[in-house]
Amino acid sequence: MKKVLLLTVLFLATAVTYAGGYRVSLQGNKALAMGHTGVAVINSSELVFFNPAGLVYLENKLSVSVGAHGVLADVSYQNSATGETAMTEAGVGTPFYAYISYQANDWLAFGLGIYTPYGSTVAYEDDWAGSHLVNNIALQAIFVQPSVSIKLSDKFSVGGGPIYAMGSVNFNKNLDRTLVDLDGNRSEVTLEQTGITNWGWTASVMLKASESLTVGANYRSEIILSAEDGEADFENLPNSPIIPFSDTTFNAELPLPAELTMGLSYKHNDFLFAFDYNMTYWSAYEALTVEFAPSAPGGETSVTELLRNYRDASTYRFGVQYEASESFTLRGGYYFDESPVQSGYFAPETPRNDSNGYTAGLTFKVGDRLEIDASFLYLQFDEVDASYDYFIEPTSPVGATSSFGGTYKSSVFVPGLGITYKL
Amino acid sequence: MKNTIKFMIGLLAIGLVSCEPEFENAVTDEGFYDAGDADFSTYVSLGNSLTAGYADGALYMSGQEDSYPNIMAEQFGFVGGGDFTQPLTSDNLGGLLLDGVQILGNRLVLSVDENGNRFTTPLDGTPTTDVTTSATGPFNNMGVPGAKSFHLVTPGYGSVAGVANGTANPWFARFATSESTTVLADAVSLNPTFFSLWIGNNDILGYATSGGSGVDQAGNFDPSTYGGNDITDPNVFAAAYSAQVDALVAGGAKGVLLNIPDVTSIPYFTTVPAQSIPLDAATAGGVNAQFALYNGALGQLVAGGFISAEEAAIRAINFVEGVNYPIMTDVDLTDVTAILIGAGLDPQTAALLGQLRQVKSDDLVVLTALSILGTVPDPSNPTGVVGVSLPLPNSLVLSSTEQARVATAGASYNAIIEGLAAANDLGYGDMKSALADVAANGAPFNGGVLESDYGSGGAFSLDGVHPTPRGYAFTANTIIDVINTTYNASIPKVDIGTYGTVTTHNN
Repeated sequence: MKKVLLLTVLFLATAVTYAGGYRVSLQGNKALAMGHTGVAVINSSELVFFNPAGLVYLENKLSVSVGAHGVLADVSYQNSATGETAMTEAGVGTPFYAYISYQANDWLAFGLGIYTPYGSTVAYEDDWAGSHLVNNIALQAIFVQPSVSIKLSDKFSVGGGPIYAMGSVNFNKNLDRTLVDLDGNRSEVTLEQTGITNWGWTASVMLKASESLTVGANYRSEIILSAEDGEADFENLPNSPIIPFSDTTFNAELPLPAELTMGLSYKHNDFLFAFDYNMTYWSAYEALTVEFAPSAPGGETSVTELLRNYRDASTYRFGVQYEASESFTLRGGYYFDESPVQSGYFAPETPRNDSNGYTAGLTFKVGDRLEIDASFLYLQFDEVDASYDYFIEPTSPVGATSSFGGTYKSSVFVPGLGITYKL
Repeated sequence: MKNTIKFMIGLLAIGLVSCEPEFENAVTDEGFYDAGDADFSTYVSLGNSLTAGYADGALYMSGQEDSYPNIMAEQFGFVGGGDFTQPLTSDNLGGLLLDGVQILGNRLVLSVDENGNRFTTPLDGTPTTDVTTSATGPFNNMGVPGAKSFHLVTPGYGSVAGVANGTANPWFARFATSESTTVLADAVSLNPTFFSLWIGNNDILGYATSGGSGVDQAGNFDPSTYGGNDITDPNVFAAAYSAQVDALVAGGAKGVLLNIPDVTSIPYFTTVPAQSIPLDAATAGGVNAQFALYNGALGQLVAGGFISAEEAAIRAINFVEGVNYPIMTDVDLTDVTAILIGAGLDPQTAALLGQLRQVKSDDLVVLTALSILGTVPDPSNPTGVVGVSLPLPNSLVLSSTEQARVATAGASYNAIIEGLAAANDLGYGDMKSALADVAANGAPFNGGVLESDYGSGGAFSLDGVHPTPRGYAFTANTIIDVINTTYNASIPKVDIGTYGTVTTHNN
């Protein structure tokens, strides 16, 4: 029996989530194991993220879910015209989550969530072929979300709450493809800002259409991370007034786009089937515009605009759950994640093409109150020939652009572990 | 629970093992690129400053790293190429010391004054590269700045002792394996499997950049009697060049021979316009009055049979309102100094007028004239203006007559190179056409167009003669094309837009 279970899990082979752009869809081990579905799954306090309206339907007075994922993501690059190659330096990102829900009475529940829905950590070797676009970037955002869930009828509930977002960014790139100091060291800039905060909100509904069928929808607003007076640190600049840079401060805005999710779940005996559809409003990300403050009084503000021109992108998620025994619940899933990156805008700091996510996972009950949740995501990318065609060259003719392209191949593996405690 | 943990560890292990994304056809795979019929395991480059990676009037480390042989060697790495060593200098200042005494200047940088005017100036600093602290040769890059064709086979060209008395080359003296060796012998000692040879540029370039100050040695077969600015006799060139090719192919090496570009398309000759002296009508009239006597004397010289009527017409001075041709000394004119003295002129004025004419539209005024044209070198003589009342010296103008000598010799050399390439089944790189195309049309690349304009075109460094790293990358791509065609290879080229141009720096 154990062998069969193991095989089943392997074949369900598993999906969790890592979405296009810098959206990191890893907001719960139970949900991730089911293809990161959950807008219509009443399962645990992971609902704080997936659909706060559903919190009021949880059976326990108190429910806590805490967990994390280890993101092992790598990107290979090569250009067959020149022979140039690059590989991101292996690093492990650790998105985490913590949710708590509390049933105040039979029509009112409260929840609190802390989670990390956006982020990106990519590090190439310094001065690699695409270093004028990025050497390395670390973008982090933590959302804190108090929630309320109100049952309007036995079948229908609403929920939502404010979101307090905290972010930081550290972005290093070379200024262009050729600028060096006298000793041949490439001129570079590091943009750093921590402690960026802003507010947003989320709202959701849940309909228990029948004993078997649940329908849900959730909307999370756009939150713009505005870096103000961040630190712009220039290194290896030639000593020349012709080069219009020096250490200064910068302003920049990065949108964390709004996301709409609609989905349903259907329960049949020991099985639960779930489907979610996400629409992420990536078109908000038109350009990364960095405004450098004048480095001397009376000087001019200089603006660097890195065109992104993202488009809204859909994700289709499928998940299944099987209560195999008193102790084990098995899960599997799949999703198709559409890239928001348009042709000609494939920048190596978020090198994402369309991907297929395969997820699996299980929950092991350690007694009545404690559950251990494990999940695994393999995100499969095809090799893609892509380029970023809008790098503005600093030299004449004014406005000339260069293209940086080649073949990219990404791979993402995400094991995850969490616990659920119910009282 | 135990099994759960085992299971998770198993999954994690699978994940970690297979995490690195791999391409179906990786460029690093054996056989992705093809060496064709050539063997690049030991590549040796022979040549002069162009091969050494000389730029901005100096040899310095970062310039050497962007030498065309080094760029090519990196690309050869995709088809079995081995290590490629270069006699790197000790710093990025350029300049060269001989036993602690600086004998060659630092590299040029592009500076800007407080009014935003751009100018070139040598980089401040004391160089640390010394001829006497030898780099241990031989190196794969045997490019020796200043070398002419016959120098590569001249014993003692790398003698440190010979540097001081002018019989040896300081750059080769740095890394020659012995006092008596030749560049060719050191190169052959590496047993190259592949070579490139680009020599002969200096056999005409010194004459050209000195405004024809040397002698066209056509007919003189003894190069030991040549001066630095002389044009090498084509037979001397042929003997030296074929000796080099013979020695290099003796061990079975394949290679590529590169011909000599037209020196007159480089910015050193194309930046300063022939007409450079702006005058208003009144001043032009005043200057013409000063030269009325000279113009009149020309007629008498014709009548006396000293010069032809044709030469008299060439020598006549006439300034007009607008931008004028400066006056110059042309050593190809009949020297009438003595006659003028005999006619009663003071020796100083006679010398000034002895070989005087105005620059013509087909003459080339060299880059270094830019800083003196229109200036008053002697403050006590405010009417002594260079180009108006003081002639540009012969060394600052390459006349059309002198250009013809350069072109004739260059064509002879190129015929010899092409013939030897064909006779030995070697690649033949037509660098002359490639450079002419850049000068005439520009070479488009990812992010711009490579052009020859001084300071801004991207192809030429601040000395106006040697390429920038981007120009050298273009050179490397041109040669790789030839190699791929000749030897059925598929060596990848470089994106020249990723190579830099001129260095901006304020001392």
